[in-house]
Amino acid sequence: MSVTTLQPIRLLKGLRIGRDLPLLPLAILVPFVFIAVFANLIAPYDPTEPIRGAKIFEPPFWSAGGSTRTLLGTDFQARDVLSRLIFGARVSLIVGVMGTVVAGSIGTTLGMVAGYVGGWVDQVIMRVTDAWLALPAIVFAIFLATMVGPSMWNIVIILGGVYWTRYARVIRAEVLSLREREFVKLAEIAGASRRRVILRHILPNVMNSTMVLASLTIGVVIIAEASLSFLGVGVPPPQPAWGSMLADGRSMLMVGDWWLTIFPGLGILLVVLATQLFGDWLRIRLDPQQRNL
Amino acid sequence: MGQFIFRRTFYAIATLLILSLTIFTVVRLTGDPVTLMAEPGAQEADLDLVRAEWGLDRPLPVQYAAFVKNIITGELGQSFNYQMPVRALYFQRLPNSLELALAATLISFFIGIPAGILSAVRVNSVWDHVGKTIALLGLSVPGFWLGLVLILVFSVWLEWLPTSGQGSWRNLVMPAVALGWYFAASLLRLTRSSMLEVLRSEYIKLARLKGLPAFVVIALHAFKNALIPVLTLAGINLVVMLNAAVIIEVIFAWPGIGRLLYEGIFQRDFPLVQGVVMEAGIMIVVINLLVDVLYAYIDPRIRLTR
Repeated sequence: MSVTTLQPIRLLKGLRIGRDLPLLPLAILVPFVFIAVFANLIAPYDPTEPIRGAKIFEPPFWSAGGSTRTLLGTDFQARDVLSRLIFGARVSLIVGVMGTVVAGSIGTTLGMVAGYVGGWVDQVIMRVTDAWLALPAIVFAIFLATMVGPSMWNIVIILGGVYWTRYARVIRAEVLSLREREFVKLAEIAGASRRRVILRHILPNVMNSTMVLASLTIGVVIIAEASLSFLGVGVPPPQPAWGSMLADGRSMLMVGDWWLTIFPGLGILLVVLATQLFGDWLRIRLDPQQRNL
Repeated sequence: MGQFIFRRTFYAIATLLILSLTIFTVVRLTGDPVTLMAEPGAQEADLDLVRAEWGLDRPLPVQYAAFVKNIITGELGQSFNYQMPVRALYFQRLPNSLELALAATLISFFIGIPAGILSAVRVNSVWDHVGKTIALLGLSVPGFWLGLVLILVFSVWLEWLPTSGQGSWRNLVMPAVALGWYFAASLLRLTRSSMLEVLRSEYIKLARLKGLPAFVVIALHAFKNALIPVLTLAGINLVVMLNAAVIIEVIFAWPGIGRLLYEGIFQRDFPLVQGVVMEAGIMIVVINLLVDVLYAYIDPRIRLTR
């Protein structure tokens, strides 16, 4: 077959680290993933238990009153902020990645089906997409989280169930033009079933877009998780999440205990910044037509 | 045009029906709202009374029909805590949210539009890089964290601005910046791409060939046309800000719609939560419909596309 399909793997092969790979995002993301995965080996203390002998609200070690025992200070239960940050990275990573996987799977599947099958199936899927888009995603997520009840895996499913709409729209539009292409027509003439056409001929061709959208969704999902946890409908205590750490630190903001607010926020900022930069890089890499956008 | 309005109105109604069905289903699927709301140790007989009062003992299709009828007639139920209709509460808070959202829109204009124009006029210059950095930070810095940092810097350390409440412009500055931040970045990106597109067009080339000064070409000829999509986005952003500013309103104790939703969550006021979410959906769908129709009225080409 003469049609060339842009497979993500092929484009990412043979990249030289340092020349082709984006250094700044990787310099943030690689340590972030490492810390999240090996949190229980790296963290100096149990993130959910008070440190024996430590005071509450100890500042970071370089401030007056801080100690090198707790490098980034302690919180309202005399728990180690650094350890909570490290374990919070794990929550952000899991929710960010898994929420994106759920959103991407739902959205890509619905987009492909809507675009390829067309007719009333398309109408129904697109009306549901519209209805989902009618509510601001975060309001929808807050509503669902309130009703379903807090747990990390609930949040994964909720955020996946809220952020799939963009995939559905983009993928559907792509499939509308793909299905007129020769290789799809030929597969149909050869007697391939709808299922086979979608899985073998359509899916590989929309994977690029799905991956680019996914790289941009991760950051959005991480911020959404932090927002839900901040409001108390996200990851339930005592499990440490960056959003709930911000909520815990809020009451002490007025007396100037800045470390409880600054560090978790910096964590979110750096990780989301890195995923955005990585997403931009991936977009240019995978879709030369978008380079000018 | 008539056909266009008809089709769009039909879509809007379909959207609202699906939305109401979703909200209805989620609330019923996730358990019994009465048990969710009740204090621990409440008597089962009392719970049954409340269920009967809310009609929760009837078959589901009947309940859904009643729910839709209530939406149409504007009766979104009674808030448990306030003992007031949800719609009345929603519209009571609307002016406050509007005040905050307008201020945030103003701030997003002040940051987003000039920076977007500069980036487009001087592509790949220092200004363009500054613009790109602002756009990137707009997406990466969570607005609510920015709000907390602003409180820390301007209220706690510098003691310039009050931390919360409503009143003078001094109360408004920080929440408006925290809320407008993200939207400034989105306006910036759209202004830049819209300006780039217009600047490439024939009539701009002609204006330049005529020898008009660069400022006149950019400010009068290009900006005017590039502004249309930007204003549309700003309008849509405004509606979103009205309804989605939950965390910002909580942080700054701003008595708007977002805070109403938050109160509903924490007082387990389930009719309030359901009502506010539905009201937000209705508002956004109606505004989108109006924008679509207005667009089609202005630009006949839109009527023909689906």
